[in-house]
Amino acid sequence: MKIRQEVRVGVESICDRYANEPSPLMMILSSIQKEYGYIPLEVQEIVSEKTGIPVAEIYGVVTFYSFFSLNPKGKYVIGICLGTACYVKNSQAIVDKFSALLGIKPGETTEDGLFTIEAVRCMGACALAPAMEVNGKVYPKVTPNQVEAIIKEYREKESEVK
Amino acid sequence: MERITSPEVLQKEIDVQTKALEDKLTGKNLKRAICVCAGTGCLANNSKAILEEIERLLKQKHLEDKVTINHVGCFGFCSQGPFVKIYPEGTLYHAVKLKDVAHIIEDDIIGGRVCEDLLYVDPSTHQKVAKQEDINFYKKQVRVALHGCATINPDLLEESLGYDGFKALKKVLTEMTPEEVIKEVTDSGLRGRGGGGFPTGRKWAFAASVKSDKKYVVCNGDEGDPGAFMDRSILEGNPFDVIEGMMIAGYAYGADEGYFYVRAEYPVAVERLQRAIEDMTKVGLLGDHILGTNFSFRAHLRLGAGAFVCGEETALLNSIEGQRGMPRPRPPFPAIKGLWGKPTCVNNVETLATVPYIIRVGAAEFAKMGTQKSKGTKVFALGGKINNVGLVEVPMGTTLRTLIYDIGGGIPGGKAFKAIQTGGPSGGCLTEKDLDTPIDYDSLLAKGSMMGSGGAIVMDEDNCMVDVAHFYMDFICNESCGKCSHCRIGTKRLFEMLTDVTEGRGSEKTLEDMEYLATVIKGGALCALGQTAANPILSTMANFPEEYKAHVVDKKCPAHVCKKLMAYVIDPNKCKKCSLCARNCPVSCISGVPGKEAYVIDQAKCIKCGTCMGGCRFGAISKE
Repeated sequence: MKIRQEVRVGVESICDRYANEPSPLMMILSSIQKEYGYIPLEVQEIVSEKTGIPVAEIYGVVTFYSFFSLNPKGKYVIGICLGTACYVKNSQAIVDKFSALLGIKPGETTEDGLFTIEAVRCMGACALAPAMEVNGKVYPKVTPNQVEAIIKEYREKESEVK
Repeated sequence: MERITSPEVLQKEIDVQTKALEDKLTGKNLKRAICVCAGTGCLANNSKAILEEIERLLKQKHLEDKVTINHVGCFGFCSQGPFVKIYPEGTLYHAVKLKDVAHIIEDDIIGGRVCEDLLYVDPSTHQKVAKQEDINFYKKQVRVALHGCATINPDLLEESLGYDGFKALKKVLTEMTPEEVIKEVTDSGLRGRGGGGFPTGRKWAFAASVKSDKKYVVCNGDEGDPGAFMDRSILEGNPFDVIEGMMIAGYAYGADEGYFYVRAEYPVAVERLQRAIEDMTKVGLLGDHILGTNFSFRAHLRLGAGAFVCGEETALLNSIEGQRGMPRPRPPFPAIKGLWGKPTCVNNVETLATVPYIIRVGAAEFAKMGTQKSKGTKVFALGGKINNVGLVEVPMGTTLRTLIYDIGGGIPGGKAFKAIQTGGPSGGCLTEKDLDTPIDYDSLLAKGSMMGSGGAIVMDEDNCMVDVAHFYMDFICNESCGKCSHCRIGTKRLFEMLTDVTEGRGSEKTLEDMEYLATVIKGGALCALGQTAANPILSTMANFPEEYKAHVVDKKCPAHVCKKLMAYVIDPNKCKKCSLCARNCPVSCISGVPGKEAYVIDQAKCIKCGTCMGGCRFGAISKE
């Protein structure tokens, strides 16, 4: 994969931003993840060039933390809370329903690049259990019967854009 | 605000702000005040839009000069949110919706009449309750670590100063030696609130005894226990308290730099903490020569990246250093060799938030609360199958019964209480027979659970305890860092055995093997995550042996949760042959003839999604 010049410049400037921090790798990777949505190997190489940290070490860190992703995520990231409070209120059924309807497992992205399902560990909205979110928008007290309508909501949004 | 360069300037500022806040809350400034909850729970329930709508209406009615409005931190009673509180009366409106805003403005703010329909109704007396302190949920609570949460605007240093903020810092810098501070905290009996319960004063004393050119304070805000949100709410509700606690720790053992490590999943807490650090730096409460003394202190913020093991203190230090969050062997302990090899104390958010209170009131007063070996209060995140989901702070020694029934309001839907899990994935479950156990570090350990950071998840008769253990094991397997083989391989094997049990392939031999492997992992794992990983299994096996037996001998799940061991069936006598279930079934495994033949589920094809049962209007479908 070839990295576009503006991405290279962007990644380099993120590295520069933390140049004066002690042990800045985590901060650099968090910023890249936030800005670009994933951290492929080619981008890790740029970080290595800038910081002098071996790519092997950077790769080790990227693959250790669940927030960092090697692959791009879908346009809509569906995060279903599987924290204990939501789990005991049957949030697994919500995950299963999304999986069945979208044909992907948690952690995967639909072929059209529209949806990613993620099982998240506690969003802290325990009073709203079982809770889920789509790109940060929280849906409280979700039942499996609502799942189809939620997917439809975003599919319709997409067709309006087109 | 002008720069705070001396104890005298600080005192002057405290006096001014205390009066200002008092005037605001008592109406002496001749204004009404509206506070809207902006904790993560209420924000997810639309409270930001509610605040903006209030602002818009105030402007439209030209009331901006007569009414102040701001957001505050968590009220704790999360299941009843979003909250809107009106001063000076102290009227608390619950479950407020966007459409209620006009009603509040028209009737209460303009008309001076309480909006009766927005008041909390006590479920036992059916009486409307207008004031927060009269609600049962709050009656047995004491707010120490949560001081200021839901009262002050967490974005304003001024309001913190008006609500006891930095009085403790002033006291230690002007009246106490570092040794006296350590002695005070030691005498108070304060123990680490992150789970381990190590005496905070002793930890500081270790770090104080080491000579070093540089020392650090680290605040552990990597609250990974799913279902726990104490630390998040404290950081969201009063970040200043925690920073003050950190500075006092720094003064006590000679550290001049501090790092907050907070979960990236907590954007609101991160934003408010960052602003608090910046604002304090601007006025000189952080930086060089604080209050004109020789004490200097800087605070920084680092974010986690979604790894539960980083809650372990040495893994956390590795993560700050930009490495994989894997634990280090101990000794050396961080107090001797911590962040970048320098002496470091890692303290939990709640621990640090409690420190200013101890300094303000004194060790003796603090130690009046609690039990012999566990002093003070503890914040719990009460969740799961309980009516009053939320955040509660109670004196140590309060019984589980009080927590669940008096404060928590009992179990919803008339279901029977089954267990309460404390200590998250490292803890264990407690049952009916433990309900009168006073909550403190030692008695929970004695009962096979632990205090942990304060997550308390209630389960009812519909929860399968084998499934709950399976859930925690899955969690631990995912979060094991992989450094030591006991945890990396052992938890995986345990998870597989437990999966066998939940899917009907287990035998009594499986249960014996699980118990054996659990004790091996406990003895051999490198860090607390591994050492405690098997606790949920061991404690559910000890408390619910008959439930495990049903899974492996009778191949039944008594709670009808484990899918391979249960089935949905249609009662032909109750079936009205309406065909709704067949039309709803995502895998078309229900057959029958509308109006003529009762419907039947093909068990071989059924995916046990439960859609049919949820949709049936005649109660003809049940689990068995």
